[in-house]
Amino acid sequence: MEFLRPSTLVEALEARSAHPDGVPIMGGTDVMVELNFDKRRPSALIDLTRVPELTEWGVDGGHTRLGAGVPYTQIIEHLSGRAPALAKASRSVASPQIRNRGTVGGNLGGASPAGEAHPPLLAGDAEIELASVRGTRRVRARDFYLSFRTTALREDELITAILLPEAAGPQQFAKIGTRNAMVIAVTSFSLVLDADQRSVGTGIGSAGPTPLRSEAAEEFLAGEFDWEDGRPLAESVVRRFGDLVAAAARPIDDQRGTAEYRKHALSVMARRALSWSVTDYRKGSTRCA
Amino acid sequence: MTATTKTVTTDLSSTTKDGLGASPRRPDGTLKVTGEFAYSSDLWMEGVLWGATLRSPHPHARILGIDITEALKVPGVEAVLTHEDVPGTKRYGLEFQDQPVLAYDKVRYKGEAVAVVAADHPETARRAMERIKVDYEVLAPVSDSVRAAHDPEYPLVHEEGSLEIHEEYHQRGNRVRHQPIRTGDFVGVAESGEGQQEVLERLRAQADAVVAAEYEVGMQDQAFLGPESGMAVPAEDGGVDLYVATQWLHVDQKQIAPALGLPEDKVRLTLAGVGGAFGAREDLSMQIHACMLALRTGKPVKFVYNREESFYGHVHRHPAKMRYEHGARADGTLLYATMEIIVDGGAYASATPAVVGVASSLGIGPYEVPHVLVDAYGVYTNNPPCGAMRGFGAVQACFGYESQMDRLAEELGMHPVALRVKNAMSQGSRIITGQEIDMPLPMAEMLERARDLPMPVERTELEDPSDQRTLPGGVAGTTRGEGVVRGVGYGVGLKNLCFSEGFDDYSTARVRLEVVAGEPVVLVHTAAAEVGQGLVTVKGQIARTELGVEKVAIAPSDTQVGSAGSSSASRQSYMTGGAVKMACEAVRESVYALARERGVVPASVSDSDLSLAGGKIVSESEGVLVSLADLLGESAAGGTVVEETREHHHRPTEMLDPTLGQGASHTQFGMCVHRAVVDVDVELGLVKVVALDAVQDVGKVLHPQQLAGQIQGASAQGLGLALMEEIQVKDSEIRNPSFTDYLIPTILDMPPMRIDVLEHPDPHAPYGLRGAGEPPTLSSTPAVVAAVRDATKRPLRHAPVRPEDIVGIDL
Repeated sequence: MEFLRPSTLVEALEARSAHPDGVPIMGGTDVMVELNFDKRRPSALIDLTRVPELTEWGVDGGHTRLGAGVPYTQIIEHLSGRAPALAKASRSVASPQIRNRGTVGGNLGGASPAGEAHPPLLAGDAEIELASVRGTRRVRARDFYLSFRTTALREDELITAILLPEAAGPQQFAKIGTRNAMVIAVTSFSLVLDADQRSVGTGIGSAGPTPLRSEAAEEFLAGEFDWEDGRPLAESVVRRFGDLVAAAARPIDDQRGTAEYRKHALSVMARRALSWSVTDYRKGSTRCA
Repeated sequence: MTATTKTVTTDLSSTTKDGLGASPRRPDGTLKVTGEFAYSSDLWMEGVLWGATLRSPHPHARILGIDITEALKVPGVEAVLTHEDVPGTKRYGLEFQDQPVLAYDKVRYKGEAVAVVAADHPETARRAMERIKVDYEVLAPVSDSVRAAHDPEYPLVHEEGSLEIHEEYHQRGNRVRHQPIRTGDFVGVAESGEGQQEVLERLRAQADAVVAAEYEVGMQDQAFLGPESGMAVPAEDGGVDLYVATQWLHVDQKQIAPALGLPEDKVRLTLAGVGGAFGAREDLSMQIHACMLALRTGKPVKFVYNREESFYGHVHRHPAKMRYEHGARADGTLLYATMEIIVDGGAYASATPAVVGVASSLGIGPYEVPHVLVDAYGVYTNNPPCGAMRGFGAVQACFGYESQMDRLAEELGMHPVALRVKNAMSQGSRIITGQEIDMPLPMAEMLERARDLPMPVERTELEDPSDQRTLPGGVAGTTRGEGVVRGVGYGVGLKNLCFSEGFDDYSTARVRLEVVAGEPVVLVHTAAAEVGQGLVTVKGQIARTELGVEKVAIAPSDTQVGSAGSSSASRQSYMTGGAVKMACEAVRESVYALARERGVVPASVSDSDLSLAGGKIVSESEGVLVSLADLLGESAAGGTVVEETREHHHRPTEMLDPTLGQGASHTQFGMCVHRAVVDVDVELGLVKVVALDAVQDVGKVLHPQQLAGQIQGASAQGLGLALMEEIQVKDSEIRNPSFTDYLIPTILDMPPMRIDVLEHPDPHAPYGLRGAGEPPTLSSTPAVVAAVRDATKRPLRHAPVRPEDIVGIDL
């Protein structure tokens, strides 16, 4: 196995282009587990930790541009105001040691349906920046996940950044695990309200072959929500929203939980996320944050 | 974890610094905290080869052929061995010799060892394993433990005639052991059939309340952190030296030597650094394999299992299926109890017979019941092998009988503590085997103390009730208080301590006193396994207290001294501690004799007037008589070395009789009471344990800090079994062989504990002590589940409780 250590983005893209079978590695919290358990034997590892662009974040127009290699710890520290759902999701990732190393780029590269970052990216309509020696393109998170662990990423491309629209309303994230920390999601849910666009975004984790969203729930809530005053919604509306979110899930029974429980938990989390959002909306707290 | 531990008073604190009753630092503590401690996986020697194990991918299959030709061709491979290469006996085992060193004819569980490889690098060994061709004829697995116990038509895991038969265990079909217990009107009632029904009907008619239910305990893993590992080094005399993480060096030696075709003295074991045990190291793992490869290649061979392999490399806690019925009078007085328990031992017997002995004899718990019928079964299946784990059969039964006590209390409208107190055993009570509890057992007092401990503050009174870490679901943010309901539950368990049923698990200690650099020093040598419990500290404390000498060194544990028995059954402080005490007493007597011989002790002073303190012989009446330095003289300059070796045996115990299950089978009894307080998100099925407080009688406290550690650790392990720890087995295959999916509690799952320690000495035990490591493992599980039941009003008959159970989704 070759171990490549590019120190600039150009070198990294060239290395990626020259080694289509190679595996990019940043924090190593996923890749190293797969190597150690012999689940993967790539011809080359492309270590991206020395590429400066990947570990930076900043504000770029109406977006926050998050380098794909920024560890979760920094997202929690710096982006709780600009990207609250992603920051909440980051807080629920594994242990402090893993949060110091793990990155959203790695989550996207591995594309496990259980990855914590996916639901907030879907709900918040983030874009993913993909680069290669051929150039750079942006793909909406909503178009990124194609099938089980398969994404729009091409074999000569690197995930370089995530573009997060600035929060324009309440954002929620919640994740079910059977212990109170350090747990892979049994299922997870993210809800983003955009007061400017008067739109709703949802994201569902660990309840299908890919991260999912419920367009039906989004459209339903966008129509029902009181965008002027954020008045409390009728119980029937809240319930319907939960049901629509659950209906979008395509879960299986596995060692972490049953399909039926996942659907049930999603409906509960969706209802709660909605009621928290109504409260937050009325406070307007997230908009001033 | 912060602990509030009641200050314990003990009359053991001696004048010698760091003696009994004090909390001296562990000699291995700093190294472990700084990461410098050498565990068995860190062993290394120049030229060491790496061993690897090829395991069966099937739970049940016939082996039609094994071809190692291609594996041997891999450069760097030095040996590939199969069952044909086992030099001696082909099977071994703790109780029955039924487990092949390497599988032949058949594999009986997924992960069973089929071949072993030694190579210059782990990667080489892995590649060689891929090239071993095993031709399997896959068979349907025997996976249903209930059918294995009761269905004579069910296929056999072990062919007729292939096992040694133990008549006293009623061994037949897939049954490893059936132990009945009958008392009162059930005496003479058969295993099933009309007679039983008649008696039951009569007793039911007399009862004001009857509760009957089925319960299950899942397969728990010991989840030790240091995987199976060790290194075998071939010796010039044709023998082998094995450095290994284990629980009992001598029982390993006894199993390894015959398999290698060597006399025991040619198989020498030294304990390597042990990263936790909890029962999982009672059985052999890589020991014989490493020795075979070392003897074949003439080179040292090291094995280290990886985490996934470790799940296949050791036995687990027996999963149990239980059926209970209890009848009581209106005032709560228990009238009768019946219990059937089936524990699934998997493919090989391991400790199953002994687990059945415990599960049956303690099956009804510490309650006075006049009429009892118990049938306990241990069975063979093709499921993962199960054996020893902290609590050993008593854990499973405790979940059953404590769940029943809660149901009965509810039925009668009594407080759960009141019902338990009403039927509580005490000193002089007889357990269902007829054995008298001839030591203090203040059960009623303990229950009341647990009930009266201060309650944790309500959620609303928390400094920050919105702190996610205080809520079920933790930092994943699933609730801000919605759906959260508080519940309280109690659990009490009775555990046998030391080995039972006629087993003479003696322990040996050698203690040496000499003068080095002008100071008396003591060396304590035993074969006892330090597995993390802190015996290494306690041995030093005993020597300091008994010999009045501060400088005590602990020799590495090895087979150069007699057996110390197993680091199991909460027995090492009692057994090896007792042996160290005896050897110290012998050393002391020799010192007094020497002093008399040298004329230092006036004839008027008797031995009972003498003591050793501060490195001197002191007489109560005459004061200091002589310093040990002066009496013995510098050892390097030909001074006197006093060395004594003693064996410590506990009082004899009896086998349970095979018909009525009567007999004084246990050495000692221990008890712990837990009160759990939980917050449950009843809509999502998630739990936060708010408090898990314990009252335990330990006879005598030897090391307060280590004792707290034992109680906290055992409580956490029980909390794990209550809420998350289960090896999920489907079609005889493990679905979650990793710490990603086999969950053990984190610091956010385990609350700070309030621990109330009582000291009622056991007159039969050294210092009056009681083994302390296991009892809290029993009671914490039912206490936590009872608290979740209190919050959810769900029956919750399976441990661990799953979110599905709480929200009412059928599994």
